[in-house]
Amino acid sequence: MNATAALARAPFDRALLLIVPASAFMLLLFVYPFFYGLTCSFDATHNCTLSSFATASFTAASYKYFFTTDNQWPTIWTTLRLALPATLINVGFALPIAYKMRVRTRYQRWVTAILVVPITLGTVLIAEGALTYFGPKGWLSQTLQLLHIYEGPIRLTHNYWGVLISLVISGFPFAFLLILSYVTGIDPVLARAAATLGADPAAQFRHIYLPLLAPGLAMCFCLAFVQAFSVFPSAVLLGSPAGPTRVISIAAYEAAFEQYDYSLASAIAMIMGLVQLIIVVAVLGMRNLFYRGPVVGGKG
Amino acid sequence: MKGWFDRAWRGLLLGVMTLFVVNVALMIAAVATSSFARRWLGTWLPEGWTTSWYVAAWNEFQLGSVLWVTVEVVFAVVFLSLLIGVPAAYTLARRNFPGKRFLILLFLLPLMVPPITYGIPLATVLYKWQLAGTIYGVILANLIPAAPFVILVMTPFIEQIDQNLESAARVFGAGTARMFWHVLVPLLAPGILAASLLILVRTIALFELTFLTAGPDSQTLVVALYYAVFAAGVRAPQSIDAMAMIYMLVTLVWLLIALRFVNPTQLVSRVKEQPLTA
Repeated sequence: MNATAALARAPFDRALLLIVPASAFMLLLFVYPFFYGLTCSFDATHNCTLSSFATASFTAASYKYFFTTDNQWPTIWTTLRLALPATLINVGFALPIAYKMRVRTRYQRWVTAILVVPITLGTVLIAEGALTYFGPKGWLSQTLQLLHIYEGPIRLTHNYWGVLISLVISGFPFAFLLILSYVTGIDPVLARAAATLGADPAAQFRHIYLPLLAPGLAMCFCLAFVQAFSVFPSAVLLGSPAGPTRVISIAAYEAAFEQYDYSLASAIAMIMGLVQLIIVVAVLGMRNLFYRGPVVGGKG
Repeated sequence: MKGWFDRAWRGLLLGVMTLFVVNVALMIAAVATSSFARRWLGTWLPEGWTTSWYVAAWNEFQLGSVLWVTVEVVFAVVFLSLLIGVPAAYTLARRNFPGKRFLILLFLLPLMVPPITYGIPLATVLYKWQLAGTIYGVILANLIPAAPFVILVMTPFIEQIDQNLESAARVFGAGTARMFWHVLVPLLAPGILAASLLILVRTIALFELTFLTAGPDSQTLVVALYYAVFAAGVRAPQSIDAMAMIYMLVTLVWLLIALRFVNPTQLVSRVKEQPLTA
């Protein structure tokens, strides 16, 4: 009669059971903690036990505290001031370089291999290395003084610039690889067809590649932004965590593990997720202004 | 005129790339130099060379037990994420069912949300369950980004495999389990290998979730390194740098192994070709 009735009569497909463990795991350890945190952030007792949820009244006190306390709400701007420029630099430089590398050459594999290395260094190692190398007595400072480019003391660690540098070092290779894979997925025949019709390289990029790349660029921007937005170790080690680089994840960590205020910590985590979500929705929304359709890519 | 502009643009790009690579290389070299330095204060090169900092780091930071914990965590995460991820990827690749879009969203979200955002509520829950601070808590927390990653990488791999092979196995009477073990797993071996190596490298480097859930006995190498740098001043910088070098060698060895089997650009594009991710 209808589809559901037919489904009900059909023998049950046991292959569907294969997805149950993964789904159950995600529900238990991702969805449940999320709702637990959401409830906890409104818990008036700040105890965050299941019994306190059952009996307590709910208030938005933690959110109110966050938005009215002087060392809490500005962390949103501090984080955005770091994450947005870092993401723009990473994606902005990765796009032209990846575009240049789109032709498969001998050194394409070498360049990608060299650029993958910083991804695996991890933020902690980059922070430690940057402290040594970019520090006031490091090689960079000594070279600049030797060449008389800049005589004064350079301050690239324990401030905003240190964190920005570490975000670029860890984020740029990632953005590059992602964009490179999108660019190489676009069939070069399209650009050649445009060239036959008289398009110069700039016009080919502007009218062929850029519109086709737009979805990939939006995705890449979002993923690069997630990384930069959750900056934590480098903001502590390489920045000045009490002042100009007190990012939102530091505020969340302090609330949870120094003040033991789980309600406030959950509230900050929720605010973090919300800001992240707004950026992602805005970027993915912008993507829809561009052409959407097949890229005619084929590379096994 | 045009050629001049083109050459300048190419030069600029090459310059930016060289600047980046040279500075990163020098940064690593600075850590390496420092780890072998007897004394190094504001000069070009240290006054003398020694390997004693490696011994010092090994003893001071209990690197033996930290490395053992790291190995346990990483291999448990790889094994468990494959165990629950590959079957789920099979269902997503082969079947259509109500709620499929919802499940794909569920598996994508952990990769799109900052780790601290879900790490803090997760750590709170794990503390209530008495799991935080133990190695089990660390493994569970690291599985949250790892399992979806396996699913996203493996789904397109499974889609590429001819479905007739499965039908043939079924005709000869194989059940789902036997079909999986004798037909799919051998065919998927390259994909499984690639996914597990990537999980391995990612888990070694994943800081936030381990940091939030680890106790003193369940720190992995990256968290131990963080605490060492964080408490810098207490210990000689050279021994911290020696520890950083050990960390880097551990990751680099696995990365080089991974690069032999995986072309990074193709892997990302496979994830992209996933249907319904938009």
